[in-house]
Amino acid sequence: MPQQYSDAAQSGDFPPFRQRHLISIADLKQHEIVDLLDRAEKMIAVSRQERKSLPTLSGKTQINLFFEPSTRTQSSFEIAGKRLGALVVNMSVKTSSVSKGETLVDTATTLNAMRPDVLVVRHSAAGAVELLSQKVGCSVVNAGDGAHEHPTQALLDALTIRNHKGTLAGLTVAICGDILNSRVARSNLLLLGALHVRTRVIAPRTLLPAGIENLATEVFTDMEEGLKGADVVMMLRLQHERANGRMIPSVREYYRFYGLDEAKLAHAKPDAIVMHPGPMNRGVEIDPAIADGDRSVITDQVEMGVAVRMAVLDALLPARNDA
Amino acid sequence: MTRPVLIENARIVDPASDTDHRGGVLVENGIVSDIAAGGPVGVPDGAEVIDAGGQMLAPGLIDMRVFVGEPGKEYRETLASAGAAAVAGGVTSFVMMPDTTPTVDDGALVDFLIRRAEAQSAARILPAAAITRGLEGKEITEFGLLKEAGAVCLTDGGHSIQSSALLRSAMSYAANFGMTIVHQAADAGLVGEGVMNEGLFATVLGLKGFPREAETIPLARDLQLAALTGVRYHAAQISTAGSVDLVKAAKSGNRNVTAGVSINNLCLNENDIGRYRTFFKLNPPLRSEDDRQAVIDGLRTGVIDTIHSDHDPQDSEVKRQPFAEASYGAIGLETLLAAALRLVHSGDVNLMTILRAMTQRPAQILGLPTGRIARGAPADLILADVDYPWQVTETAIRSKSRNTSFEGARMQGKVMRTIVGGETVFQHSD
Repeated sequence: MPQQYSDAAQSGDFPPFRQRHLISIADLKQHEIVDLLDRAEKMIAVSRQERKSLPTLSGKTQINLFFEPSTRTQSSFEIAGKRLGALVVNMSVKTSSVSKGETLVDTATTLNAMRPDVLVVRHSAAGAVELLSQKVGCSVVNAGDGAHEHPTQALLDALTIRNHKGTLAGLTVAICGDILNSRVARSNLLLLGALHVRTRVIAPRTLLPAGIENLATEVFTDMEEGLKGADVVMMLRLQHERANGRMIPSVREYYRFYGLDEAKLAHAKPDAIVMHPGPMNRGVEIDPAIADGDRSVITDQVEMGVAVRMAVLDALLPARNDA
Repeated sequence: MTRPVLIENARIVDPASDTDHRGGVLVENGIVSDIAAGGPVGVPDGAEVIDAGGQMLAPGLIDMRVFVGEPGKEYRETLASAGAAAVAGGVTSFVMMPDTTPTVDDGALVDFLIRRAEAQSAARILPAAAITRGLEGKEITEFGLLKEAGAVCLTDGGHSIQSSALLRSAMSYAANFGMTIVHQAADAGLVGEGVMNEGLFATVLGLKGFPREAETIPLARDLQLAALTGVRYHAAQISTAGSVDLVKAAKSGNRNVTAGVSINNLCLNENDIGRYRTFFKLNPPLRSEDDRQAVIDGLRTGVIDTIHSDHDPQDSEVKRQPFAEASYGAIGLETLLAAALRLVHSGDVNLMTILRAMTQRPAQILGLPTGRIARGAPADLILADVDYPWQVTETAIRSKSRNTSFEGARMQGKVMRTIVGGETVFQHSD
């Protein structure tokens, strides 16, 4: 498989990673993104071995702190940490909307006293993970903060694309759906932009945030137009309970114009792959037949997710010791 | 009988008389009794003589928008701490917003605040009364009784009245009593869950923004209703280029319209929020640089009449939060003059215009005898070194809350002495 950036992966040696936290893709330089993808490449191999473990995080403590429930992301981080030998503790913090912030800073202070090496944090408010990182002495990984960022999702998406297409160079990636509320879209636009990949966003105007034309190469409101010539079709989850009646009139109208079905997908390149960060609303943003069809790489994304998170943990923790 | 005070060798800058000249001012019994250009003033026996050393002598500043925590949230700010912060910033009078617990919507509370402020505060505190009971935007308060009790104007403070019918009624009734309505225009529906200015920067931060139209649409309504009712209307704080245009147009046909701007919207823009710095979460929000330039232009051309601090003390519990969940507001009394002087030093606005917006104009709008240096006027004065370099540090803040949007900022220009009613209430010490 031709791999543009994978020389280092084969050698197995990586330069020290100079970041303490992973809060935002915007903090990463291009070479750091490539470095993480190359490290993840190596972790895929580890995960496919009979003995799926590396001792690199042995003796370290990882706390998964989820203020917003997410079974799949939390499991992915947990498996990643455990495969590297870390002691992993899961904490789900149920909060009322009023006490959220108070709990956040208080919890950060409390957990910090337990001397973890890394905190993996998800929170419903943009900037919450950044705020928490200022209150603790360990590394912090953003597992999703409001509509801000979800950096490991963008990394795993890039890794999935790279593995299927051989390279990211020259590709056109179309991101479709609820761009307005999506941290996945923001992180992907930043990452793909940093690697000079052509990006398109496709959504009704009510689901496009202000200034999006500065973040994506092209903006479309017509899905068939937007999919023309696309190499990658990345669907987003629609929070239809919230959007219904305000941003879109109904799920059936949304599906008619913005749901990915065979007719619309036919406008993308014949070898285009279909992605979704999950969890999917089958029949809302995607035809079940496509979601489970042979162009779908959605389960590959899940596998890449573990590899990317292993790579991120592996990269961040030695950096702390060096510093 | 207090000792007369002679301030000599000063650069007297008084917007009300449009004067900027060397001279001295004599204060007797809390009143300016003589002003001399150039030459010496006759010195009465026993007078205290202050050599200004060429520093600027100006009227004390009048800040039209200050939130105080007393009553109800004294841990944020008391009348005493607000007064101390005010005079340290050269503010000798300020209008206190009715957003307290309980709300200032009753004459007895206005009376109480006036008495208590006189006893506790170094600065003159002028209570504003709520337009609607409990700031709920539903029922109007007793304007006549509130005026009798001493309320200086009517405002719902940080709240904006959504019902056009109710606002019309309030305006008509206020006109009946000759009272000024001070109102901030914000369309609650368009603001929605927004927490900052809508645009690329909000999108990148993943924060919900709200459009400028959330201000301009209700402002246009307010201005039309002001014309309809004939009320004295002051647009509390405008922040967008579109608002400047609206006020400009309204003023051409209605002399009863004036407008104010927060020092924050003059000195800062949305980029100052950086990575979720909640001290920059303000209402109205910090806008784009184009909007900032437009409000500066509005000030320069007289469309905007007044500059205020929008002093709003908030404790760390409500500020050390994720941005969307943090409270709005920043303190500003102590930095008001220095921040405003930035616009002078940058060449954007001249000194006289800046000072007028914080002295003569608010006094005119509120019908106050202060805000000028004139024989017979109260001796509310400041001495300031307009070039003095200093840095805003958290530890030096006199306000009980530390949420300044100028933390660490380098300033040029400082108040050296503040005089209220002839008494020195603040002196700078290195």
